[in-house]
Amino acid sequence: MANGMNILSLLEQNARLSVAQLALLTGETEEAVAKKIDEYTAKGVICGYRAVINWEKAGRESIQAFIRIKVTPQPEQGFEAVARQIMTMPEVDSVYLVSGSYDMSLTMSAKNLREVAHFVSARLSPLGSVTSTDTTFVLERYKEGGVCFLENGGSDEKREVIL
Amino acid sequence: MIDYKSLLSPTVQSLKPSGIRKFFDLAEAMDDVISLGVGEPDFQTPWHIRQVGIDSLQQGKTKYTANKGMTELRVEISKYLNRRFNLEYDADSEIVVTVGGSEAIDITLRAFVNLGDEVLLPEPCFVCYEPLSRMCGAKVVPLPCGMENNFKLSAETLKAAITPKSKVLILPFPNNPTGAIMTEDELLKISKVLKNTNIIVLSDEIYGELTYGHHHVSFASLPGMRERTVIVNGFSKAYAMTGWRLGYTAAPKEVAVQLAKLHQFAIMCAPTTAQHAAIEALRHGDSDIEEMRGQYDMRRRLVVGTLRSMGFPCFEPEGAFYVFPKIDAFGLTGEEFCEQLLKQQHVAIVPGEAFGESGRGFARISCSYSINHLATALGRIEAFIKTL
Repeated sequence: MANGMNILSLLEQNARLSVAQLALLTGETEEAVAKKIDEYTAKGVICGYRAVINWEKAGRESIQAFIRIKVTPQPEQGFEAVARQIMTMPEVDSVYLVSGSYDMSLTMSAKNLREVAHFVSARLSPLGSVTSTDTTFVLERYKEGGVCFLENGGSDEKREVIL
Repeated sequence: MIDYKSLLSPTVQSLKPSGIRKFFDLAEAMDDVISLGVGEPDFQTPWHIRQVGIDSLQQGKTKYTANKGMTELRVEISKYLNRRFNLEYDADSEIVVTVGGSEAIDITLRAFVNLGDEVLLPEPCFVCYEPLSRMCGAKVVPLPCGMENNFKLSAETLKAAITPKSKVLILPFPNNPTGAIMTEDELLKISKVLKNTNIIVLSDEIYGELTYGHHHVSFASLPGMRERTVIVNGFSKAYAMTGWRLGYTAAPKEVAVQLAKLHQFAIMCAPTTAQHAAIEALRHGDSDIEEMRGQYDMRRRLVVGTLRSMGFPCFEPEGAFYVFPKIDAFGLTGEEFCEQLLKQQHVAIVPGEAFGESGRGFARISCSYSINHLATALGRIEAFIKTL
């Protein structure tokens, strides 16, 4: 049986590894690896694949914000009703229910500060159960999704050849 | 003007610079080179080990230690050798803590080799044995270990090379650069050849923790071999501690007392901070080794499998973290292959002849890089061979 956890860890680090490479890395046959990946995909364990992009370098203006919100939970549905409303908004990258002084935390990307302000004031705050918001802007991205954004950040691939 | 040539030792002047170094000087002058050349772990020393080093500095532990190394460390080394390799060495009289495995090799050779003695050296092998032996006045006798014998030392090869002048046999297994190991049966055959000789074995077991499929067998654990063996080991490869510079010898006390003198006069003692960290490594580092070994194992399979699918004849290494494919199968000599690969695809690998004449036609590829790095480099190698 293909070692599933191993395949998942490898894909989490590099989603572009081919089935052939995964088979070599895990010591399994290509068929076994392909089958495992299909199973994980069908079960929703693997939810998708995406590139981590440095948009500034690509020349596109972009701003990221963390928004924490206080929410009045709805009868029967708790926080899920508002989570469902927020997660359908395309600007929103992630939505979490969190512990602490706020109830939920979102991350979003937008072209500029004005767009974020508009999102918070015109779309988020008017939701009936949202009682207050707290917005933080990202000034510099150092690491995201396990990827370092600084030049040579965290990478030691250029080691001295000493002998 | 001083005539240095006439003043410097003719032996030191005759030593050739390391073939690895030479090639990478070329690579460094180029942009965007992907290297597969480094012979040290890419992992950082596990944090708990670093922390103990830092703590020792904060506590002001900055003085010399005992010449042979801190007693606490030697006790841990003795326990470790017993736990992992079934060896019995007295912490007080048989272990000397050195500045890396390299110093351990140097003092062992200097302790045994007289002018004109022969040092028997399985090749391909790491680059330091030959020059260090020659500095002792030895004649180095290469023992070719070819791919047809899985790069292992055969008893026949050894037997044929022994003369009355043979003094030291170096046993560099698990091997850098080939990744060959010697199993217990294979070592037993070697031990039978040595039995009625006066040959001393320098068993360099620095990669002893990095084997895949077989547990490393220490030569000194074989019947009757302890008395003629000096074990060289250290922390660099097993615990990713290369920069700490810490190794050791384990040898019968009559030998250890002489090694200790050389070490004492040349070095005083190994770095104190590193010794504190090494105690932690030996006490709580077994799972770190396990984790890193697992990573190297995956990469080794990726590199061997991918190279084979490209058409390289490639021995499957069972130890260390190198792959040693035959590269002269594409109409180029090994040297031409490495040079053109570097110039065209900017991938640096080490030509096999850097590790002795029997490495000619092969190249060493290090697996001490991330999977992404290896996959990119392998992709470039594939692009290169398509042009041949």
